[in-house]
Amino acid sequence: MNVVAKTETGRALGDAFAVVRDRLPGKGKIADQRRAAFEAYERAGLPHRRIEDWKYTDLRVLMREVLPLAPAPDVAALSRAAAAVKAHGIDDAVRLVLVDGAFAPDLSDLGKLEKGLSIRALREVLDGGDGALSEQAFTSDTTNPMIALNSAMATDGVVIEVANGTVLGKPLHVVHVASGAAPVAMFTRSLLRLGRDTGATLVESYLAAEGAKAYQAHDGLVVAIGDNARLDHVRFVEDTVDAFNISSATVTLGAHAHFNTFGMTTGGHVSRYELTVACAGEHSKVETNGVNLINGKQHADTTLFMDHAVPNCASREIFRAVVDDRAHSVFQGRIIVRPDAQKTDAKMMTRALLLSDDAEADNKPELEIFADDVTCGHGATTGALDESLLFYMRARGLPEKEAQALLIQAFVGEAIETIASDALREVAIATARRWLEARA
Amino acid sequence: MSLLEVKDLQVRVEEREILHGLSLTVNPGQVHAIMGPNGSGKSTLSHVIAGKPGYEVTGGQILFKGEDLLEMEPNERAARGVFLAFQYPVEIPGVTTWNFLHAALNAQRKARGEEEISSPAFLKKVREVAKSLNIPQDMLKRGVNVGFSGGEKKRNEILQMALFEPAVCILDEMDSGLDIDALRIAADGVNALRSPERAMVVITHYQRLLNYIVPDVVHVMSKGRVVKSGGKELALELEESGYAQFEDAA
Repeated sequence: MNVVAKTETGRALGDAFAVVRDRLPGKGKIADQRRAAFEAYERAGLPHRRIEDWKYTDLRVLMREVLPLAPAPDVAALSRAAAAVKAHGIDDAVRLVLVDGAFAPDLSDLGKLEKGLSIRALREVLDGGDGALSEQAFTSDTTNPMIALNSAMATDGVVIEVANGTVLGKPLHVVHVASGAAPVAMFTRSLLRLGRDTGATLVESYLAAEGAKAYQAHDGLVVAIGDNARLDHVRFVEDTVDAFNISSATVTLGAHAHFNTFGMTTGGHVSRYELTVACAGEHSKVETNGVNLINGKQHADTTLFMDHAVPNCASREIFRAVVDDRAHSVFQGRIIVRPDAQKTDAKMMTRALLLSDDAEADNKPELEIFADDVTCGHGATTGALDESLLFYMRARGLPEKEAQALLIQAFVGEAIETIASDALREVAIATARRWLEARA
Repeated sequence: MSLLEVKDLQVRVEEREILHGLSLTVNPGQVHAIMGPNGSGKSTLSHVIAGKPGYEVTGGQILFKGEDLLEMEPNERAARGVFLAFQYPVEIPGVTTWNFLHAALNAQRKARGEEEISSPAFLKKVREVAKSLNIPQDMLKRGVNVGFSGGEKKRNEILQMALFEPAVCILDEMDSGLDIDALRIAADGVNALRSPERAMVVITHYQRLLNYIVPDVVHVMSKGRVVKSGGKELALELEESGYAQFEDAA
């Protein structure tokens, strides 16, 4: 029964790919890559628990099928999306909006870009025949079926280039919106290329217009950080509670580069974020931090893969999960230190806080060390709020929920503190506070 | 009306009875000392008055200004004016003392139907109190009790007592872990808060503390009961002869 259903789903998607293939941007080599990626996805199908990396997030059970590709947004869809975008604005940012998987220039701030900054829609780049850039956007392995599917189906995205020596003053804010007319899947792929001696801040938000139906957001981000460049990256998953968000980011750093990323998941029914960071140049620094605040029947999976291939790089991972009701949080963090990567300094700390008896958290830190002169460590804890602290606070007059809220804020605060920008840190704090207020 | 009235209180912890019918009446303006050997139930009494979970009251009652205290949540008790200074104040990393005190004071005011206190007004108030207790400003910016010495933790308890202006203060083994100088500072802080409206219950193992906080009434507890009550001279008598004489009386 199961097998038949899966086959039918697979066939339906195969037919869908055959139908949409010709309207997907990118001809020639890109079209071939898409076909190969789709075949790779078809061979594997949706990942399931017998695949180690997907042990805690079985998409065959949780997602069952890939929904049909979203149609291009019409005027009504764009206007619904505009309202949602407005409500989630980041002050003084260059806003770049993707609606139902299509870049929406009218909702984006493309006028008067800072010098050294170039922004184009992926579709334009692919159809314009910029071979090198197109290939870079599609650089990703086909071993991960969901990334392969994203490569096959991506309809649009943004391609951002920051020229050598440019330090951007304004943050870039990429907003993914589901307009919500029908249950559909959106596939986006974006590329951010930071040249030598550059600096940029990228914020990503995932959200839906009011009244959106269950939808699937499939996103892939490819980032190349040049020598002596710095990227600050903050990501907010605020999808509706019936939505699926299956995303990945693949980041490479040059020498003396710095990547600081923070992810916060409060939305989505099922979300999976797979972040792969590779240090390709020496003396680079990576900080990957995050907070999940989930309740109800939410399932949020953050999977990090930190690849130290060269010597003298440092990486830090601080992750906090707050899990209420019957929600399920997954954190998988793998650090690999390859034989040449001497003097690597890698640390990872993940902690989960369970607020109900039915809440679940799986923490899986892994270290694979092939070099002998390194400093590496990891730790993982899971527990409830400390009763003795709660009593102390209540004895001073704080009602239970308020006392809990203060302790939860402190718990996630340690990760939120790592956000470099004051304004973005405030956004993260406010998002956490909204979650706590909704709980009280 | 008496401020705090404990009547025939019986309390169990995990099937074991700790208090076997304890009675105590505290009137406004009075300072009561409760003395007794380890395991006599002194701390249990303080915990039950404050509402700590894990204790089962199987008999008796506690009235505060005539109201049934046992029916109230710990935060409601605090808002009405019951304050417990902890023997071991907990550390709360990530919650600044400043934030915590402001949130707690406003929660109490809200519960009493009073207006919340603004940040500037609160700042002014807390600064005054901190100064009088010799508490440096930077302590208020740190996590609650995080990295505080024993003396600093106790002073932080007294700071809260001064800030919340409770009607009854229960001081649980305030002297534990304090050297003589720290003890004197803490005791001075407590004495400054003595008033005709406010009552204090000082729980202590040693007579020493009572040289600094002079009680009106001294009770001796043994095996879950008050076995003797008297004036302040009773504490001196205990210092001389020890608790052994009361073991049988219990």
